Amino acid sequence: MKYQLEVSNITKSYGDLKANDNVSLRIKDSSIHALLGENGAGKSTLVKIIYGSLSPDSGEMKWANNEYSPKSPFQARENGIAMVFQHFSLFESLTVEENIILGLDSVGLNDNFSEQIIKYSKQYGLDINPQQVVGDLSVGARQRVEIIRCLMQNPKLLIMDEPTSVLTPQEVSDLFVTLKKLAADGCAILYISHKLEEVREICSEATILRDGKLVQSCIPQEHSQKELAEMMIGKKLTELARANIAVGESIFSIDNLSRKSDDIYGVNLDNIALKINKGSIVGIAGVAGNGQDELMELLIGEISSPKTTLNFNGQDIGTLNSHERRQLSMFFVPEERLGHGAVPDMSLDENMLLSRPDSTEMTSNDVIDWKKVATHSKNVIDTFDVQTPSSRMLAKSLSGGNLQKFMVGRELIQNPELLIVAQPTWGVDAGSANNIHQALIELANKGSAILIISQDLDEILSLCDKIHVLSEGKLSDAVDMKSKGLEKISQLMVGGKTQ
Amino acid sequence: MIRLIPRVENSTAMVLLSPLLALTLTALSAYLIFVFILVDIPVSSVFFTLFVEPLIDSYYFSELLVKAAPLMIIGLGLSIGFRAGIWNIGAEGQFVMGGIAGSAVGLYFYNVEAFWLLPLMTIAGILGGMFYAGIAAFLRIKYQVNEILVTLMLTYVAVLFLSAMLQGPLRNPSGFNFPESRIFHDSAMLPIIWEGTRLHIGLIVAIILSLVAWFGIKKHMFGMQIKISGSAPRAAKFAGFDDNKTVWYSLLISGGLAGLAGLFEAAGPAGQLTPGLPQFYGFTAIIVAFLARLHPVGVLFSALLIALSYVGGENVQIEYNLPSSITQIFQGMLLFYFLACDILIKYKVVLFKTKN
Repeated sequence: MKYQLEVSNITKSYGDLKANDNVSLRIKDSSIHALLGENGAGKSTLVKIIYGSLSPDSGEMKWANNEYSPKSPFQARENGIAMVFQHFSLFESLTVEENIILGLDSVGLNDNFSEQIIKYSKQYGLDINPQQVVGDLSVGARQRVEIIRCLMQNPKLLIMDEPTSVLTPQEVSDLFVTLKKLAADGCAILYISHKLEEVREICSEATILRDGKLVQSCIPQEHSQKELAEMMIGKKLTELARANIAVGESIFSIDNLSRKSDDIYGVNLDNIALKINKGSIVGIAGVAGNGQDELMELLIGEISSPKTTLNFNGQDIGTLNSHERRQLSMFFVPEERLGHGAVPDMSLDENMLLSRPDSTEMTSNDVIDWKKVATHSKNVIDTFDVQTPSSRMLAKSLSGGNLQKFMVGRELIQNPELLIVAQPTWGVDAGSANNIHQALIELANKGSAILIISQDLDEILSLCDKIHVLSEGKLSDAVDMKSKGLEKISQLMVGGKTQ
Repeated sequence: MIRLIPRVENSTAMVLLSPLLALTLTALSAYLIFVFILVDIPVSSVFFTLFVEPLIDSYYFSELLVKAAPLMIIGLGLSIGFRAGIWNIGAEGQFVMGGIAGSAVGLYFYNVEAFWLLPLMTIAGILGGMFYAGIAAFLRIKYQVNEILVTLMLTYVAVLFLSAMLQGPLRNPSGFNFPESRIFHDSAMLPIIWEGTRLHIGLIVAIILSLVAWFGIKKHMFGMQIKISGSAPRAAKFAGFDDNKTVWYSLLISGGLAGLAGLFEAAGPAGQLTPGLPQFYGFTAIIVAFLARLHPVGVLFSALLIALSYVGGENVQIEYNLPSSITQIFQGMLLFYFLACDILIKYKVVLFKTKN
């Protein structure tokens, strides 16, 4: 059997922390190989070593049977390794063609890029118009631009970091067609993901990392999703149990809420309406950039809404700010962790004070009681199993999943009557995601109402009693899931008509 | 090869050591400069005059405190605004406006001897500075005008306004047309706290204000509000803070304190309003605030350090005929090394051999 890339016994330490401990990985020619692991398992470190942006402490790599030790990503690209990052690096104000030219290491003056782009676009079903401005493109289309940019370098190995986390179901299946074709044409793919269903669908092999160590390499189809997840997190997963309680009376409603965005790339909200009852979990599905951020700002109270549009427990709350809304027992978890839901350069204790209803007694007359603050944050850390040496650590020093647990915990510990949460498990590993889902369900079982805004359709489908879809600033009615529910949601997500 | 590696946690040792290291480097560089430029004068005696004499001679020491007081008061206000990411760099202008407003009140009641006169002048001084910084706040909130430009440009306007006032309404009627005001009445002058020197009550006010600010920043939500607004504006909205209020507070506090310092300068060491009122305290206080890492109590110490460079710099001018730019060179190096050494708090230096 021929291997495109062989990685043997790689070790890389940061101080006492072994980010990669004796990791090996072999990627066959023309295969799609999954790299699985929780956040902090060492996936990024390994990929950075392969892509030449880190050098290992020990261990060696072979590229098509030759010694391979790249000093820089430039060398990695010269060898034929290309990477599509989770966060795209595209200039919004430039066209697709210009972006692709900018990303290339060497450019010949006579090259006809438009033609080449169209060639690749046709060959691999990557639908794109080279002259379009990137700012106008959907997330899926931007990803296609990134992929074409990689293909221009004729890679032998394409690394894809969490490629489907932002795509619609339709876009995901389009992407899979492309990837399979690429593999068939001789380009191996290293597919980093924590979505096990996908991995089972398209990957022929999987390497699983945990705590920097290799757990095992296996053929994903030979294991159930649950088994794979348990290999990743190293312990048993709890089953989600939604109590079948009678849904109570209405607690929160949005009526006729419209907003014109002040950003040219923003989305105008058009006549949003929604009702949530006590004890129910309502989901808003949809692809990012369809008005989620704009809606969330209004719901949190960062921007005030017109009278009579927002009603909580019979009270008109449109003009209240977020602090005043929390006093009424509405709590929020925004999508963006660093810089929105938490301040990166402040300690966890200080971050507790972002959400400080009087009932916590953390402040009285705006004078801070730091002892109380520390007690509360310790409580959040213990209850929600946040991995941190102390509550004095800076928020930015926590891994994404841990910070998310802290932020969700900070709000949940208040026992909110209404919790509005955006992307509760975005970038969070399977184990933590499971814990967060469990906590949300327990909250609803106790009779609180929850509104989840998420791009992760699996999450919405598994948690929510009622599902709406947000598309281009319009919110659909609740989707009737009894017949062809998923199909309807897919249609609505790409802008189909509300039925 | 030398490399900077990020630390996992900020180093507490370095928080304390980096200022000492910066001071040492400044002294070392100053030494080297003197070795090159001095002819026939021993470097050690210049060093003595520059750094030691102001501390051991009681007259120079009192002058050091006289200069430190306004730097403390202005630096305090600036450090609060800078924490919020509001860059008021025109404290000099607010200083002048405070001086004019407070002095105008003093001159209006020229013949009145009353206990309320000084407090009234003080309030007028604060309001003068607040009004002037408030212009920048208003323009920023209403029209998104950058406060850095507005505050800086208004400084020049203030200096010109001062000279217009001194040639017009505030000029001493019996002063032979010199552009100076009358000398203030005794009850319009600040009490002296060290007999025989010019050291006035401003120093005590500065210390009290610094403790109040320390409480406000450490124990009050106001401190959290400016800190959060400064480092993560979206998080500030999430927490329910009104960002317009943060702008108002930051500029009004820093402007008010600069105005207070201006009035103290006029009603203290100067004793009248003169064109020489602005002495760059407003700009130097920016260095003071940053040397203190924006800490309200640290400002007291950094103001003393900078005042030392002023007094020592003047002394070497007088005694050795050295240029006045010595003071500025010294202040520049100090800030440069302070900022440079602070990188050691977040990074550690690692030496390693390169392969090949």
